[in-house]
Amino acid sequence: MSDKNWDLIIQNKSSLFRLDLHEVWRYRDLLRMYVKRDIITFYKQTILGPMWFFIQPIMTTIMFMFVFGGIAGISTDGVPQAVFYLAGLVCWNYFADCLTKCSDTFNANQQIFGKVYFPRLIVPFSIVISNMVKMGIQLVLFLVVYAYYFIVLGTFEINWTIVLFPLLLLMLASLGLGFGLVISSLTTKYRDLRFLITFGVQLWMYATPVIYPLSVMKQNYPDKIWVIVANPLTAIIETFKYGFTGVGVFEWNYLLYSFVMSIAVLLLGIIVFNRVQKSFMDVI
Amino acid sequence: MSRKVIEFDNVGKQYVLGTIGTGTLSQDLNRWWARIRGKEDPFLKIGEVNDRTKKGESNFVWALKDINFSVDEGDVVGIIGKNGAGKSTLLKILSRVTSPTVGTIKVKGRIASLLEVGTGFHPEMTGRENIYMNGTIMGMTKTEIDRKLDEIVDFAGVEKYLDTPVKRYSSGMMVRLGFAIAAHLEPEILVVDEVLAVGDAEFQKKAIGKMQDVSKGEGRTVLFVSHNMAAVRSLCKKGIVMKNGGIDSIGDITSAIERYLKNNDDAENVNIIDSVKCLKSTLHIESVEINETSKAHSIIRNGQDKLKVRITGTLDEALDYDLMLILKNEIGMPYATYAPGHYRGEIQHLEKGKFVIERIINLPMILAKGILKVDLYLHHPMVEYQMMAVDCCSLESEGFQSGYGRALEHQQNGFMGL
Repeated sequence: MSDKNWDLIIQNKSSLFRLDLHEVWRYRDLLRMYVKRDIITFYKQTILGPMWFFIQPIMTTIMFMFVFGGIAGISTDGVPQAVFYLAGLVCWNYFADCLTKCSDTFNANQQIFGKVYFPRLIVPFSIVISNMVKMGIQLVLFLVVYAYYFIVLGTFEINWTIVLFPLLLLMLASLGLGFGLVISSLTTKYRDLRFLITFGVQLWMYATPVIYPLSVMKQNYPDKIWVIVANPLTAIIETFKYGFTGVGVFEWNYLLYSFVMSIAVLLLGIIVFNRVQKSFMDVI
Repeated sequence: MSRKVIEFDNVGKQYVLGTIGTGTLSQDLNRWWARIRGKEDPFLKIGEVNDRTKKGESNFVWALKDINFSVDEGDVVGIIGKNGAGKSTLLKILSRVTSPTVGTIKVKGRIASLLEVGTGFHPEMTGRENIYMNGTIMGMTKTEIDRKLDEIVDFAGVEKYLDTPVKRYSSGMMVRLGFAIAAHLEPEILVVDEVLAVGDAEFQKKAIGKMQDVSKGEGRTVLFVSHNMAAVRSLCKKGIVMKNGGIDSIGDITSAIERYLKNNDDAENVNIIDSVKCLKSTLHIESVEINETSKAHSIIRNGQDKLKVRITGTLDEALDYDLMLILKNEIGMPYATYAPGHYRGEIQHLEKGKFVIERIINLPMILAKGILKVDLYLHHPMVEYQMMAVDCCSLESEGFQSGYGRALEHQQNGFMGL
């Protein structure tokens, strides 16, 4: 019998670039169930329920206004502090949540992965999607605060780059997912990275213009600015802020760089993840 | 000619023993370097047969090696073997939980495995939500589940609790729900790994019945791993015996089970004394002989009508005791019990110091060919157990008749002719 007559061939070696994405598509109902599960179980047996999605960014913003805006006196380029911090936080939180949760995929799911096969990519994909819902809710919060200042002050210069928002969201998702996949694949064997990720994400936030505008950095540290520009998240968050408030740095080549990076990281992540998923049960 | 649906071609799985640490990093680098130069993985050449009882030379072990077999459509195959023989690894590779180190498996059709209790159940979600969750994990689509929801609920018998989170379920209800989902999967190939252990008797019957339907009525292929020989025998037609990571034999289920049970005994040269447990601190057993040997396997010859039991040891204080011996079939069902104290009140007395207990037990007139397992006890009926040795030896009966007549075929007539 020739190989064509078989539906499935199980062996160790396979091409590096066989991503089996069609299989993920075949299991799309499972993806939907996972997303549903994440959302339902998030607020089961809580009193405030989905309100928790609001509370966290509100508290953090107030804290930032107090510490960075008040005590440290870091400029926000004339944008009201609440809007400035909230804009940065909503974007950053989405990325950071995707990254930390995805990077724990193998570890958190070893029970089920050890028993049954389904495309492992379903799990990180579902994380990215369910966090998008959370991000959407937080975005509403941002828009409410934004609208308040818009009506009271009326000084924001909304410009056309606001239409780039869906693209920015996808780039955040793909970066969070991509880095998360790489880290989750490496941690199956070498757990060291799990220690890195907890404080690494915190440090990374300070290398991203969340609590300060890029322009301030450019003025104060013109020769070290490349560190921050090399961070693919910089352009995304700056563009987001620029689109809504008209204040910030928007450059096509920064954004293009981030775009290329997010595609590259995602591809790398999926390739590494696919290689590891076949036998991670033996090493985890 | 029936179609092949699964084909194992030279499949092997190598594991590294010990913990993962810096050593693994250097091995990884070694492998990577070999691959860059286009050479073979240097660690595939070493590695030993998987015999967990002996200390090995290297850190690499072949949990499976040189596995070659194929399964035809509609076959119900029982895979049996001792713990660690590689049965579960085989199924894991087949269900793609882990990948083989070498070799290829070709499969035709969809594979689904019956999972352990509540795998993939989320405790906070309701029964209904979990049916969808679990069903999709096992490869069903939402529309398929929609169609079968009523059937599943009915089979599991949990209608009342359908909208209650499964964390409030009893473990039996969870198993039933889990099995009900799996039973309605309709894969071409069903893989079952010892899941029927839990669940009440009624449900077990239902489950075995369903598996029989699946294989007979619907012509689907089933691979079944279990230590429960009764279940294997009633479900399967073919049997694969595994031993130390390889295939020992393939054949019809009856001969496979016999082969396995025989393997089990002479594989390790066990003595009866190994399974003796003293439950009284003043009693010390030195030797136990059954059928005039201290080995755990012996043969009842054609024409032999007596079974001799001899126990020696020392006592720190006097003891009132009775000797009880139970003969069981290979799956643990008792056939006959010798216990004079129990039945006739003949309690024996031993003084402090060295002792020898000797009994000669009459065997039945006609005994079938096959394996009898033996439990041996010293006890004071209704008071205490003093020594127990469960499954302490197996007696292989050559099958005999004293005088005339036909020898028994124990599959048909039972074990003993009365």
